[in-house]
Amino acid sequence: MHRTLFYVPIVCFVIIMGVLAWAFTLEDASRLPSVLIDRPFPAFELPIVKTGVLVTEQDLKGRPALVNVWATWCANCLIEHPLFMELKDEVPIFGINYNDDTDKAKAWLRRHRDPYQFSIVDIEGKLAIDLGVYGAPETYVIDAEGAIQYRHVGIVSREDWELTLAPLLSRLESR
Amino acid sequence: MKRHFARVVLLVLCWSLVSVCWATIEAHPFPDDELRSRYHSLISELRCPQCLNTNLAGSDAMIALDLRREVHRMLLAGHSDNQIRTFLFERYGDFVLYRPRVTSRTILLWATPALLLCLGAFVFWRVVGAGVDRQRTPRKPGEAARLQRLLNDR
Repeated sequence: MHRTLFYVPIVCFVIIMGVLAWAFTLEDASRLPSVLIDRPFPAFELPIVKTGVLVTEQDLKGRPALVNVWATWCANCLIEHPLFMELKDEVPIFGINYNDDTDKAKAWLRRHRDPYQFSIVDIEGKLAIDLGVYGAPETYVIDAEGAIQYRHVGIVSREDWELTLAPLLSRLESR
Repeated sequence: MKRHFARVVLLVLCWSLVSVCWATIEAHPFPDDELRSRYHSLISELRCPQCLNTNLAGSDAMIALDLRREVHRMLLAGHSDNQIRTFLFERYGDFVLYRPRVTSRTILLWATPALLLCLGAFVFWRVVGAGVDRQRTPRKPGEAARLQRLLNDR
């Protein structure tokens, strides 16, 4: 009796460690999927960077598209920018200019050229919060109805585009 | 030379003031202490989405800044703590809650302390109980009488 009791704490410890180790493998904490998958794009009415004209979520509808969160303070946004310049005739890309200065954003678009249909001014980050944005850059795939289909956190590399985003977009096109 | 030195000192003093000017205090004024304490408990139990292991209160990330402002705004607009938690949960999922919801996936997390307490009580009862039992029961027939004899002989 005594000996078995002696092993109880050790067995408990091993079981707890085992459960924790297993729980760690459940999900990759750096790649959290959006909780908004399949939900309609959050409602908004905000000006666009270049002209100040007000747009709403209705203006994103029509074709499956990319929605890219960017800012002039975001160094990584410049890394993915050339790829978007290449893709802009292939797929509509909408920008969300996140927590930025609109004049700086205008200058940025002039200097690096503009791959976006338009960029939405989100100075206070309210649209970003409604989208569940963590930071810039972040890229969403939306379908023709504007519903969110996929969220990509960080730089979109050519590989990400070819292996994940492009196949998803062509699936959405043919739907 | 001396004048130069004075100038340099003045310059250094001016520089030191610059950092003070740049420092910003995030002022979220509240009309009363109750709202303020709710604000502080909310931002300490909500997790900064970008930082993996910091709460909203402790993070300098831009998103934490925005979310603190949003929590402040919602508190002033009269939302309840639960409405604010739900607002963030709907956008950022379970990730944002440091106090996890009770679901089939987290039930073990919530139940483990109670289970361990029961287990501990059981082990305690067996160990202590066994000891008490041993003290009370004479080991062999006649042992109690012998013990008594020994005590009497002293």
